[in-house]
Amino acid sequence: MTNEKVSIENKLSFFQSPEGTLIIQLRGDWKIGNPLPSADEIEKKLTAGARVERVGFDTRELKAWDSGLLTFLIKVKEFCSQNKIQLEAEGLPEGARGLLKLASAVAERKGARKEIKREPFLSLVGAMAIEFYRSTIEMISFIGEATITFTKFLVGKATFRRTDLFLLLQECGAQALPVVSLISILLGLILGFVGAIQLKMFGAQLFVADVVAIGMVRVMGAIMTGIIMAGRTGAAFAAQLGTMEVNEEIDALKTLGISPMEFLVLPRMIALVIMMPLLCVYSDLLGILGGLIVGVGMLDLGLIEYLNRTREALNLTTFGIGLFHSAVFGVLVALSGCLRGMQCERSASAVGYAATSAVVTSIVSIIVATAVITFVCQVLGI
Amino acid sequence: MAGKPEITVKNLDMGYGSFVLMRDLNFTVNRGDIFIIMGGSGCGKSTLLKILIGLKEPSRGQVLYGGASFWETDPDERERIMKRFGILYQQGALWSSMTLAENIALPLEHYTDLSPSQIREIVSLKLSLVGLAGFEDFYPSEISGGMRKRAGLARAMALDPDILFFDEPSAGLDPISSRLLDDLILELRNSLGSTIVIVTHELASIFAIANNSIYLDVESRTMTASGDPKKLLAESKDPTVRKFLTRGAEGGEMETS
Repeated sequence: MTNEKVSIENKLSFFQSPEGTLIIQLRGDWKIGNPLPSADEIEKKLTAGARVERVGFDTRELKAWDSGLLTFLIKVKEFCSQNKIQLEAEGLPEGARGLLKLASAVAERKGARKEIKREPFLSLVGAMAIEFYRSTIEMISFIGEATITFTKFLVGKATFRRTDLFLLLQECGAQALPVVSLISILLGLILGFVGAIQLKMFGAQLFVADVVAIGMVRVMGAIMTGIIMAGRTGAAFAAQLGTMEVNEEIDALKTLGISPMEFLVLPRMIALVIMMPLLCVYSDLLGILGGLIVGVGMLDLGLIEYLNRTREALNLTTFGIGLFHSAVFGVLVALSGCLRGMQCERSASAVGYAATSAVVTSIVSIIVATAVITFVCQVLGI
Repeated sequence: MAGKPEITVKNLDMGYGSFVLMRDLNFTVNRGDIFIIMGGSGCGKSTLLKILIGLKEPSRGQVLYGGASFWETDPDERERIMKRFGILYQQGALWSSMTLAENIALPLEHYTDLSPSQIREIVSLKLSLVGLAGFEDFYPSEISGGMRKRAGLARAMALDPDILFFDEPSAGLDPISSRLLDDLILELRNSLGSTIVIVTHELASIFAIANNSIYLDVESRTMTASGDPKKLLAESKDPTVRKFLTRGAEGGEMETS
């Protein structure tokens, strides 16, 4: 520590002439990474004692320098101009003189520096409330626009490319099968295990088939497919549209008079509304297969016995409720993904935020929709 | 040379929220003009272009297209006005999921009843005009930035628009491609009589092709000069305009310390 102090002091010394000129003597290595003296020392020197009219430099013993010296010089220069002291840069190395001139060639633009203001708590709450109101209105108008666009599609007046729709159907359907298969079988196994442990206590192992079949077909198949599609497809939609926004592709559509809602959102919505119920049925079947593995493998139930029990447990209403769930989730995932994508700002981080936000919005809306549908089914007694 | 007024901007203010970027802009672009919007970085050139092409509403003022106020007219009329535009965006803004041919064909499919074979012919013609003959089946990700820009120009020209807007057309192009683009712009104006509005910093292009311009001054937040850039260079007394047009050689010291 003491050595460091000594080495700093060795780098800087002062000599004041009787005519009011302060010569700053710079010595040794003035490079970033080395301990360097602070410009405050100059300030102290200039403010204390006799009035200084000019500041000059003596760099005969200066060995090496880089930005470390320049930052020091800029501070000295600023202090001199504030105190109306003349700065004589002739004693500085030629390179340092040039860079110092360049650094102050363009004056700071008025109003360019951001002012960090500490907002009062109430103001922050107010701003957040206004932002919440604005985003709610934005969401409602997006849903409204999507509804109008879907109506236009139903009457055959919407403009979009059929090839885009087929590609999206493939992306949302066939390409999602591996992950849906894995998750659904595992979910069936989990439901089977949880049911088996409880039901075994009453000797009612056979009813594992009921637990798995009703659980999967009525709600779990649809929810799991919805969540998978939210993470997989909803995020992809948001990222695709967000990137299009960043690349001005959406602007290009708008200025051509082509509605991005029709051209981009509609095919995505249709693809998910068609594919989600199909994926849900597939997920239900694989979930039942998972339950069957537990029932036959662990509880020693007969294969035919298990399947018969499953068939008895299910009815068309249960199946219909499951399909309804999945169609609703399809709309919600597509809308969330597209809404967040279209709201994306023009930066790479905004695309990431749009994708994350799409997943969160999708999952929250899936859970809320499930609660609403379950409540309505309860009221209707189905 | 001066034709009828094509675009008239009256008392236009623009900004974001409460922040005023430019105020009190007044200028006219005549039919057949090659009109340059110039100014330093961050002065609002691209924002002005967005207002002219209908992507952003001004804070105040009017943009008139042949007498109809763009931001006050009904949506149908606005769509009719926009059909007369061709726009080349800064990065080309080609639709990434489509081939170059599909990109250029989309406006034709949307607005005309041409048969697929006629559309194919037009697409090939437009691609040849920008030096991309044979690239019909390439996707935007498979070609270079400069080529994307040229393909974007081919798309902008698809419908033979009355008014072409260019956002920094020379940025990212090599000097020869940049020169070829200038020639193409002049040819478009001379052969089709198109009005061309260009946002650019490129002085060589400005002096080579423009016959009208405005200069947006970032400090005073308004336009400080307008007219033929060559005339401005010869006659303007405004130091910031002179500094811009002479790359800082005139119009006051570069150093402001």
